[in-house]
Amino acid sequence: MKQLKTGPCREEQSGWIRGLTLIPLALTLLETSAGAMHIAEGMLPKPWAFGWMAVCVPFLAAGLKSIRKTVSDFPRAKILLAMCGAFAFVLSALKIASFSGSCSHPTGVGLSAILFGPAATSVLGLIVLLFQALLLAHGGITTLGANMCSMAIIGPLVSWGVYRLMRSREIRPAAAVFCAAALGDLATYVTTALQLGVVYGNTREYLMIFAVTQIPLAIAEGCLTVVVFNVLEKYSAPQLRELKVLGGRDAT
Amino acid sequence: MKLWQKNLILLVLVVGLAAGPLWLCKEAEFGGADGMAEEMILQTHPDYEPWFQPILEPASGEIESLLFALQAAAGAGVLGFALGRLTARAPEERK
Repeated sequence: MKQLKTGPCREEQSGWIRGLTLIPLALTLLETSAGAMHIAEGMLPKPWAFGWMAVCVPFLAAGLKSIRKTVSDFPRAKILLAMCGAFAFVLSALKIASFSGSCSHPTGVGLSAILFGPAATSVLGLIVLLFQALLLAHGGITTLGANMCSMAIIGPLVSWGVYRLMRSREIRPAAAVFCAAALGDLATYVTTALQLGVVYGNTREYLMIFAVTQIPLAIAEGCLTVVVFNVLEKYSAPQLRELKVLGGRDAT
Repeated sequence: MKLWQKNLILLVLVVGLAAGPLWLCKEAEFGGADGMAEEMILQTHPDYEPWFQPILEPASGEIESLLFALQAAAGAGVLGFALGRLTARAPEERK
């Protein structure tokens, strides 16, 4: 497990630079997908690509149903839902440098998972991924299923689970939000690494590339999610109680 | 601690996390992690041919940054609108 630690960036980096210069083939391909983190278009063999898509379908169906129910039960939560989508939009557009010497971006889906649950979040995540895949050649249509599984399903599931678990232990909401968002973000990239590892082997290297790079970004995402949550906690406490995000005993 | 103080500290922390690597890892390239993964796949599986190409690709790095800025701007706009409504409504409801 020693390799998993973020070593001095220079050493790791020189290896990657060498790799880059040695493989002109890779370079031409890299040009087609300068970017951040999702699995690039066409990079998963067909059975996997379609398999992941199939996994997403039930989540999407549950998500649409859950959104419809939330909106009809709590019309006042509509603006919160829009806000959660917007938050994911902003955060996944921010490509940030990491200590591993490469760039990645936060996902921003933790907030939505905490407020509306993982099913509804899968729909919001899909919207963000579609925008990036269609307009930015970032991620891809063929890898949409796999990317959705990591960013719109596994990540939000972890966020939601961590939040609920910590709240059931009576941990302060802000602390629970931080951990939920940060761990959900990390889980997204661990999933991406495993999705590639299971097809191509070298899981450890993919974990290095994705998950280790993501650690500082996950902390940043945790902080940003808490910033928004603090505002909601102060100004929108009744809605948060409706959504069962805050319990009855939590002070406004 | 007041709300704005808490949030200011958190935001400064985020700026630190984002700027730290640029300052500490001066030799790094800061390429995308997904590009590295792609490179790795091609290194270990040189025969693999991507079987699908992106339908639309940004014509250049400039256009790509335009679209990313657009994405962030649209998100930030809606986020600001929602937060504005939520924070503005509170005093009325308290009456």
